[in-house]
Amino acid sequence: MADNGVNKGRRRFLVGATSVVGAVGAVGVAVPFVASWQPSAKARAAGAPVRADISKLEAGQRMTVEWRGRPVWVINRTEEMIERTREFDASRLADPDSEELHQPTYVSGPLRSVRPEIGVLIGICTHLGCSPLYRPEPDAVDIENWPGGFFCPCHGSYFDLAGRVFTNVPAPTNLVVPPYRFEGDDIIVGEDEEAA
Amino acid sequence: MANPNKAKAERGVMRWIDDRFPATSMWQDHMAKYYAPRNFNFWYFFGSLALLVLVNQILTGVWLTMSYNPSAEEAFASVEYIMRDVEYGWLIRYMHSTGATAFFAVVYLHMFRGLLYGSYKAPRELIWIFGMMIYLALMAEAFMGYLLPWGQMSYWGAQVIISLFSAIPVIGPDLTQWIRGDFLISGITLNRFFALHVVALPIVILALVVLHIIALHEVGSNNPDGIDIKAKKDETGKPLDGIPFHPYYTVKDLVGVAVFLFVFCVVIFYFPEGGGYFIEKPNFEPANPMVTPDHIAPVWYFTPFYAILRAINFSLFGLDAKFLGVLFMGGAIAVLFVLPWLDRSPVRSMRYKGWMSKVMLTLFAISFVILGVLGVLPTTGGRTLLAQVCTAIYFAFFLLMPFYTRLEKTKPVPERVTG
Repeated sequence: MADNGVNKGRRRFLVGATSVVGAVGAVGVAVPFVASWQPSAKARAAGAPVRADISKLEAGQRMTVEWRGRPVWVINRTEEMIERTREFDASRLADPDSEELHQPTYVSGPLRSVRPEIGVLIGICTHLGCSPLYRPEPDAVDIENWPGGFFCPCHGSYFDLAGRVFTNVPAPTNLVVPPYRFEGDDIIVGEDEEAA
Repeated sequence: MANPNKAKAERGVMRWIDDRFPATSMWQDHMAKYYAPRNFNFWYFFGSLALLVLVNQILTGVWLTMSYNPSAEEAFASVEYIMRDVEYGWLIRYMHSTGATAFFAVVYLHMFRGLLYGSYKAPRELIWIFGMMIYLALMAEAFMGYLLPWGQMSYWGAQVIISLFSAIPVIGPDLTQWIRGDFLISGITLNRFFALHVVALPIVILALVVLHIIALHEVGSNNPDGIDIKAKKDETGKPLDGIPFHPYYTVKDLVGVAVFLFVFCVVIFYFPEGGGYFIEKPNFEPANPMVTPDHIAPVWYFTPFYAILRAINFSLFGLDAKFLGVLFMGGAIAVLFVLPWLDRSPVRSMRYKGWMSKVMLTLFAISFVILGVLGVLPTTGGRTLLAQVCTAIYFAFFLLMPFYTRLEKTKPVPERVTG
């Protein structure tokens, strides 16, 4: 007697049903293991966005806030500074249109900012991580037609007031623009505009 | 003269064990009566050497964990502590770091042997696939291990490799954050890589090695002539061209082990850093997220694939260059998995394949080496062009294989093994 009165249909159903329940259980058990790899509450707190009041930032001035252990510059560009940056000879810049994306997608144009006057940049040279110096005035550094910008004293890289890197300097790419958005008088660094 | 009573007592002990555990039959199935072709040559040393290096890595690795501290604050200092203060710590660490290089060296030669003699062809497809899985696990193991000393190149090498995942559309950025467990590579990343490097991946690798060898012993070893030794047997059922693995190949492999250990010791004692290729110079500085090293290059065994990644500097089919580079790099490894089905030649061994296969394999080997060299050098226009040519040859070797292996005229395969 081969099947000895076995109901094969029922057996198949029970095997199938048990497998499905088992698979659901396996997926459920996987959830905590996969989720455990997400940044922990401590890491999230340490990497949280920072808020700074920029209403008292005078035109031409720069302030520095710290975000994820790195200096973030907020500069309030004057009309004249904006003009100089916009009009600057693009052939002296390595990536004038920021094609190599070191900035959020909602930041565009030669000024690489949401508001033309407010520039936000991570103040770490893309060469070897020194922090460049703020030299906003024309002729503040020793090169021709200086439009104002940043000069890295470590290995002599130049960036304009939008953080765009010059040609023939050690730094390979433009300074990084972090995600940021505005809220009233405040700027919030580390949070995208869309998230608002 | 042997004492007959003693011999009887030993048989008694073995019998007692064999009634409870198949010790004698396992020994015979896998060693004393496992018949391997009698014509193995130089290329057949590297399987057993890979096993030797694996044992070395596990042994030295366990000892290193006794003094290593996987935290961002302590990791670098604990490696220096191993190097300076722990008795023979320097030796154990250099055995481990040189072992990583040796592992890839013997595995690459072992894989080349497979290409040369068609060891991946039916009925050995699963042996090849298990082998490829070992290779993949080994790359993950080596990559994660390289982060542990927490030097500058550890940090920035990991930065480059992890950010490759960010090129994947849609899920990329979230995936990289999930891998890091933080917004940047931090002590959290270090801790999980440590767990994977010392616990999870070694278990996976050991399991795959067992599968690789079980599959091998099921179908038997291939040989330089690529012919089936089981087709010709004597009246007792023993292959005419087979010799027992033990003692013939255990002794032969011991010669390989001696030569290998000689070279291995020369490196450990005289060139442990391998001129900056085994342990890169920036790794003597602690990891610093603020300072990027001048030039980031992976360790030598990853450089061919890194060169392929960098060779793709153009967009295609609406995919940007970065993602396309990652696809090519992944494809370069993935294509190896389907190799058994790309080769349509009626013969296994390169000895009997036609001239096209020989030319393609030669070009492939040369391109792989050139890519390896290019991967450690900074890019220039000319080098990128060369890398693109070599990448094209790399893929042509595999993707054209169904055509050239079918078109070419093969030589007749002998009945019995030669040499």
